Amino acid sequence: MSEPTGLKSWLTTTDHKRIGKLYFWTAFVFFLLGGFEALLIRAQLAKPDNTLISADTYNQLFTMHGTTMVFMALMPLAAAFFNYIVPLQIGARDVAFPRLNAFSYWVFLLGALFMNASWLLPHHPAPDGGWFGYATLTEKQFNPGPNIDFWLLGLQILGIASLAAGFNFIVTILNLRAPGMKMMRLPVFSWMTLVTSFLMITAFPVITVALVFLMFDRVFGTHFYLPQAGGDPVLWQHLFWLFGHPEVYILILPAMGVISEVLPTFSRKPLFGYTVVVYSGVLIGFMGWGVWSHHMFSVGLGPIADSVFALTTMLIAIPTGVKIFNWLATLWGGQIRLTTAMCFALGFIALFTIGGLSGVTHAAPPADLQQTDTYYVVAHFHYVLFGGTMMGLFAGMYYWWPKMTGRLLSERLGLVHFWLMFIGMNLTFFPMHLIGLLGMPRRIYTYSHDLGVDSMNLLCSIGAAMLGLGMVVFVYNMWRTRRHGAVAGPNPWGGATLEWSIPSPPPVHNFDVIPTVTSRVPLWDAPPKPAPPPGHIHVPAGSWWPMVAAAGLPVMALAPLTHTVWIVFVGAAILLFGIYRWAFEPFEV
Amino acid sequence: MTHAAATHHTSMGLDSRKMGFWAFIGSECLLFGSLISTYLVYQGRSVSGPTPAEILNIPVTSISTFDLLMSSLWMVLALAAVQRGDMKWAKVWLLGVAIGGAIFIGFQVYEFTSFVREGLTLQANLFGCTFFILTGTHGAHVTVGVLWMLTLWYRAMRGKLGPEHAMTVEIAGLYWHFVDVVWIVIFTLVYLLHK
Repeated sequence: MSEPTGLKSWLTTTDHKRIGKLYFWTAFVFFLLGGFEALLIRAQLAKPDNTLISADTYNQLFTMHGTTMVFMALMPLAAAFFNYIVPLQIGARDVAFPRLNAFSYWVFLLGALFMNASWLLPHHPAPDGGWFGYATLTEKQFNPGPNIDFWLLGLQILGIASLAAGFNFIVTILNLRAPGMKMMRLPVFSWMTLVTSFLMITAFPVITVALVFLMFDRVFGTHFYLPQAGGDPVLWQHLFWLFGHPEVYILILPAMGVISEVLPTFSRKPLFGYTVVVYSGVLIGFMGWGVWSHHMFSVGLGPIADSVFALTTMLIAIPTGVKIFNWLATLWGGQIRLTTAMCFALGFIALFTIGGLSGVTHAAPPADLQQTDTYYVVAHFHYVLFGGTMMGLFAGMYYWWPKMTGRLLSERLGLVHFWLMFIGMNLTFFPMHLIGLLGMPRRIYTYSHDLGVDSMNLLCSIGAAMLGLGMVVFVYNMWRTRRHGAVAGPNPWGGATLEWSIPSPPPVHNFDVIPTVTSRVPLWDAPPKPAPPPGHIHVPAGSWWPMVAAAGLPVMALAPLTHTVWIVFVGAAILLFGIYRWAFEPFEV
Repeated sequence: MTHAAATHHTSMGLDSRKMGFWAFIGSECLLFGSLISTYLVYQGRSVSGPTPAEILNIPVTSISTFDLLMSSLWMVLALAAVQRGDMKWAKVWLLGVAIGGAIFIGFQVYEFTSFVREGLTLQANLFGCTFFILTGTHGAHVTVGVLWMLTLWYRAMRGKLGPEHAMTVEIAGLYWHFVDVVWIVIFTLVYLLHK
């Protein structure tokens, strides 16, 4: 069974491995874009009273940096691994709904392009209300341009991609497991994908509603968040953070899943306390719904609400701490190999723990009131999302790169990359704790020399430059590997899970014969036997219709953007046409 | 597809499309939950009229509610007919569901236009904002359901829907009943318990 090639085969693909690669490269480009925006921010803040970037452009840069990193880089980079790795880990030939999977990708791509198109218009009206877009700053009265419309419509489209992916991976993981792959034998990465998927399908409807209200306020003159008509801007904050806090776990759980694969492989020991790690992940998923108002202590919700949310926030640190100790116990007595993937996984534990601890300091409302809107908060969530999520995702990139491409990344360059990132990350974000406690507010385009934080800000900017350099090394490593990388073979790391039992890169149909699983570490307990030659294997044919249906969404979004009603019917017609052709096309070949 | 689904092994023994649809319904609960919560939070906070007590017409909406509930009964009968291969009655009931849904939408169009005439526009007050978005979102769901039912009916008329598609009809039924249940909640909270 030969793999089809050419542009058409990529545009119509429903193969989870190809969609995973499309997710990876798209998200990686947006990661570089978001990183470039961060470098511009750090260039502006390198010295006091700098005039390199105007206040307006600075607002756009920090808004788009946050929005891009959360919705167009970190989530879809995790989705790239969901797509590529989960079906392989559970012993399936594809996801449950391959065309819905293609739809998710195209919706994600088009939503991301839609929002970023704002940079290209005259006077670049890019979103400028912060990634959390607090009302009333985002209302027409204070932000009359199209900036916020690009943001809210782009996010609405991106949300649909996440919802579709969530349904798909829930069904895939629950229903397409190989014989013998009980839930308690499921690799932890697949478990965390499942928890993340449940969070996506429950959290995204809430922000959908919040954004619909904002859109109606801006386009049709309703008063959802307008105090003069009795509306309440705090409603936005509740809806946004009711989504936003589960979103934090949507970002971190996949990375926790990755390192729960990497640490056992390079310690040559099964994960310590597998059951507890899994249940902790599930518990974090549930508890993630009960902490959102800790983002809102400074609103003044009253002593009871503040106390309850302080308590739930401190409680959620327990399952997180349990996981950290389980990872450390996995290392204990293991045959540790310090590969690049392992270094990033260890970096995750160290940096995520720092971020988690500073998170607990925000859990106390009196302390939080001092920290709100200062660089202390910026330091905290970068330790969690960069030190945590990105370190975990880099570990996954080095770990699964040979599976996805058939070649190993250079370990020498990989370690250079790791140390540049690790040192650069601490240099950039550690001083921000102090800068914040000394009183420098976030989201202000410059600061005065009199604040006394010049040298620490310069240090942050030097660290950011190191991070940029680290990414240059990484990109070179990936480019170089195409020709010069060592051939990986099926299982270069001696991994224990099913993805390592098949060739690298895997054939179109993944498994010649669907394996039967008898253990949590199938490859360590029973090495794969030579399989009998396969019979005829059904592989889903490609389809244009997911992409056509996806194209209807940005067209529909043009209507509120341009205040032209008829466009919405054109977009809806494209969407419906795509869905009908999709529903009634012959599928199996 | 049903044949394929029945023979394909799934880990939970449940059809994948059905499982995916239940996940979708779970997700929809959060969507309507957010809309309904907002309605309740903003109840009685409008700074000007018209108020729900002045404008809501419970007798008329009771009729459309009855119509929508009956369409759920017809949905049950349509699925039963498809499952036993009685395509004659399946066509009748599927068209019945679609017409029942269309009548509900007709009532809603009448309700919205009469409200606007009486001064309750989308922009009039917080009640207008929350009422129109909540019931409008529900109405959009009914409209999608009507299109879905008409599609199934059309395929049945062309002989392309048979007992082997019972799962397809069952999933459409899940959607229809869910939209109905949401309306029962909305009718109770917005109309019957209005302040």
